[in-house]
Amino acid sequence: MLTVTDLSAGYGPVRALDGVSFTADRGRVTAVLGANGAGKTTLLRTISGLHRADRGSVELDGSRLDRVAAERMPALGLAHVPEGRGVITELTVEENLRLGGLGRAGRVDPADLERVYTLFPVLADRRAALAHVLSGGERQMLVIARALMARPTMLLLDEPSLGLAPRIVAQIFELLRGLVESESLSVLLVEQNARSALSIAHRGVVLNLGRVVADDDADVLAADDQLRHAYLGF
Amino acid sequence: MATALRRGRTWWAGSVLGRHLLVALLGLVVVVVVLESASDFRNLQLASMAYLGIAAGGLTVLTGLNGQISLGHGALMAIGAYTTALLLDDRDAGTPLPLVVLAAVAVTLLVGAVVGAAAARLHGPYLAGATLALAVAVPGIALYFKEQLGGEQGLRVVLPDIPTWVLDLAFFVTGQDLTRSRYVACLAWLTLIVTFVLLANLSRTRVGRRWRAVRDDEVAAELAGIRLGRARVSAFVVSAAAAGAAGAMMAITVRLAAPSGFTITLSLTLLTAVVLGGLGSLGGALLGAALLTFLPQVVTDLGVDAGLSDIQAAELAPLVYGLVMVVVVLVAPAGLVGTARTALLRRRLQRAGTGTSTSTSTDTAAPTSTSTTSKGTTT
Amino acid sequence: MQQLLNTALGGLTLGMVYAAFALALVLIWRSTRIVNFAQAPMAMVTTFVALVVVDAGHSYWLAFAAALVSGLLLGAVVERLVVRPVEGGPEINAVILTLGLFIVLHALAAVVFGNRYRSFPAPFGVRGLEVGGTTIALTGFGVFTVLAVLVTMGLLLALFRYTDVGLRMRASAFNPEVARLLGVRVGRMLTLGWALASLVGSLAGLLIAGGSLVHPAYMDSVVVYGFVAAVLGGLDSPIGAVVGGLLLGVALSFVSGYVGSQLVALAALVILMLVLTLRPGGLFAQAAARRV
Repeated sequence: MLTVTDLSAGYGPVRALDGVSFTADRGRVTAVLGANGAGKTTLLRTISGLHRADRGSVELDGSRLDRVAAERMPALGLAHVPEGRGVITELTVEENLRLGGLGRAGRVDPADLERVYTLFPVLADRRAALAHVLSGGERQMLVIARALMARPTMLLLDEPSLGLAPRIVAQIFELLRGLVESESLSVLLVEQNARSALSIAHRGVVLNLGRVVADDDADVLAADDQLRHAYLGF
Repeated sequence: MATALRRGRTWWAGSVLGRHLLVALLGLVVVVVVLESASDFRNLQLASMAYLGIAAGGLTVLTGLNGQISLGHGALMAIGAYTTALLLDDRDAGTPLPLVVLAAVAVTLLVGAVVGAAAARLHGPYLAGATLALAVAVPGIALYFKEQLGGEQGLRVVLPDIPTWVLDLAFFVTGQDLTRSRYVACLAWLTLIVTFVLLANLSRTRVGRRWRAVRDDEVAAELAGIRLGRARVSAFVVSAAAAGAAGAMMAITVRLAAPSGFTITLSLTLLTAVVLGGLGSLGGALLGAALLTFLPQVVTDLGVDAGLSDIQAAELAPLVYGLVMVVVVLVAPAGLVGTARTALLRRRLQRAGTGTSTSTSTDTAAPTSTSTTSKGTTT
Repeated sequence: MQQLLNTALGGLTLGMVYAAFALALVLIWRSTRIVNFAQAPMAMVTTFVALVVVDAGHSYWLAFAAALVSGLLLGAVVERLVVRPVEGGPEINAVILTLGLFIVLHALAAVVFGNRYRSFPAPFGVRGLEVGGTTIALTGFGVFTVLAVLVTMGLLLALFRYTDVGLRMRASAFNPEVARLLGVRVGRMLTLGWALASLVGSLAGLLIAGGSLVHPAYMDSVVVYGFVAAVLGGLDSPIGAVVGGLLLGVALSFVSGYVGSQLVALAALVILMLVLTLRPGGLFAQAAARRV
């Protein structure tokens, strides 16, 4: 379980997060929604240690994550897939995956590789290819698979639907739902595409200008017309 | 609003050129007084400070205003110096000195245009590497054309006789006979003042604002209708011309143009002067040149006192230059003068309260405002 | 005909050294986007370390090892203490910094080791080998040079291709932020990269010095040739740097043999300008358009 308490962060004088508190339950998908500039990406970057928090705390299953360096997160069970995919295009598919595995214990367990290749057969076919040649959907699968290589308990996903065709988005969300169910993985999903995010999320947190304006079950949020019009755009 | 402001002042303080000329005139008076009271040895030192200052001034315009870097200014000085030496090869050469200097500037300018055109597409490390190659390559040319350029020994420079009217004028102004060293120093400083007035003026005009616009934001500059390549080449050419003048003065001062005078170290120390002064400030460049001229002796003496041999102690000055470059980049990236100026400005602002905070951004805002105006004129 | 062959052979040997030096520049450029102009004096300093070891009566090989180790350490120290603060900053600052370091190391070497030419030993003969009664321009030391560079490149290739550390180093170079998120200590990898590059630079320095004279400035032109070679290869590609080094070595050898050794640097300048104007991405670039 990820617990965020009173988290504040900013860029110079600009406050991007202002006292954000919520919890993301184990084995659940929690969607973080909101318009551009609401603070969604900053939230993920602050949780994973890429951005320094000014105030507040982050706990994962009881251990404090704030003030922990980003490079130690994989060992603590947190994986962050950044916006814009984050595939290292100069490396091969398998090298990307191996890199993910190295983060946890410093070496790659061949069983992990086998597992993600079973989960993502597309990647198995192209393991020796440079990631550069993959399509957008394949890249998104690669980064999720790469994150899974570290056997995380908590997966942070930033805009996985960005720039993908609806069919591919549906496919990836389906995959995510399966993973959450079979591996009891927790997912914190940042999305601008609120409708599709709420379709797989159990819970939703809506941010506006760095503050939490709503925090409820996904179907409650989806049914709230006023909220949808004001913050979610559908 | 600008005209309203201007109307309140007299013409010479109001116009940029007038202000620069006034400063130049004051500078000239100071120079004459200082040179007149200095010994022959000091005069030669001051002459070398002047030629280093001219070259550093050219380089600071390039680096500070246009954001380009050149490690080739020592080589460009060599071109000016060799041109001067070729024109002043014996006492009866007959070419008047101003023409010789102009020729040196013209030849260097030409080379600068060729190098600048090739370098216009380069930035940062690529430009540094290319100009470093220039610095390494040029001395080799002098060695290869041994017959014409004197090889390792170099070419002697014969200073023509001082014109009678200059001697008379000097006697009339100072009441002393003009020695050759003092004559050389006067020439070098006169050249420096002329060069600096031209450079200062240029940087205030549309050309200078274009250079700054290119430095600050290439995309914005291009959108504003500024041709990046042309702006870069023109900055390089102007800078090279200054290096040519510096080379001519160096040749006259040292009375020799030889490959050993134009090592990589010269180019790099020029960069030190510029970095030290804060990129883009002519005053800073002059300060840097002063340090390049007078620091070695001080440091070398200290080194000898500390028990180093003469040869070892002679290396302390470059050591200090290098350390200064490293420290300035790490601690005060705007250069000493620039950092001091910013600190001063900030203090003044704090005293004035936050209401005037816009005045800090005048420097950075200038290019943007030019961008819009030049867009208006070109489209 | 024989002169042609000898010029080519000499060029290839020298080209190997330029290739090594270009490789050192490329390794650093790839990971930190900095052209380390101080690479030349760094290599020079380590050669002087070797000279000290030799002067103390030890064998060439001990001196060789000492130089490489000190190259490794010097690279790490320079990255960690001096270069780290300007990484990711304005590129002009990094350029000025490495040039400042260039002057500092030069002056320090002159103060500590003296400012005169000193001869440096070679472990193998520096006379041309005899093949079928004629002497060719390949010396015993030349063979060693070629082999040493090839072995080093092979080891580096193996390190980057087949080890976890190599994978982490490449990831740090290509995408530092993603590498961090995957648990890579990027700072350490950059330090290691600089250390390895500096070691390769030291090797080039030793190979240039062997059987010849050393002096605080003896590597200065090599940094220019190494840079030209690296740009020929595209500045981003280790393989390109090696090919560029060999091509440049041969080209300069011909200029030296048929025109005049004084114009070698000018030829390098002309080659550099041609490449940057016609193929800014290097000779082997697929996309010709790239900001240089």
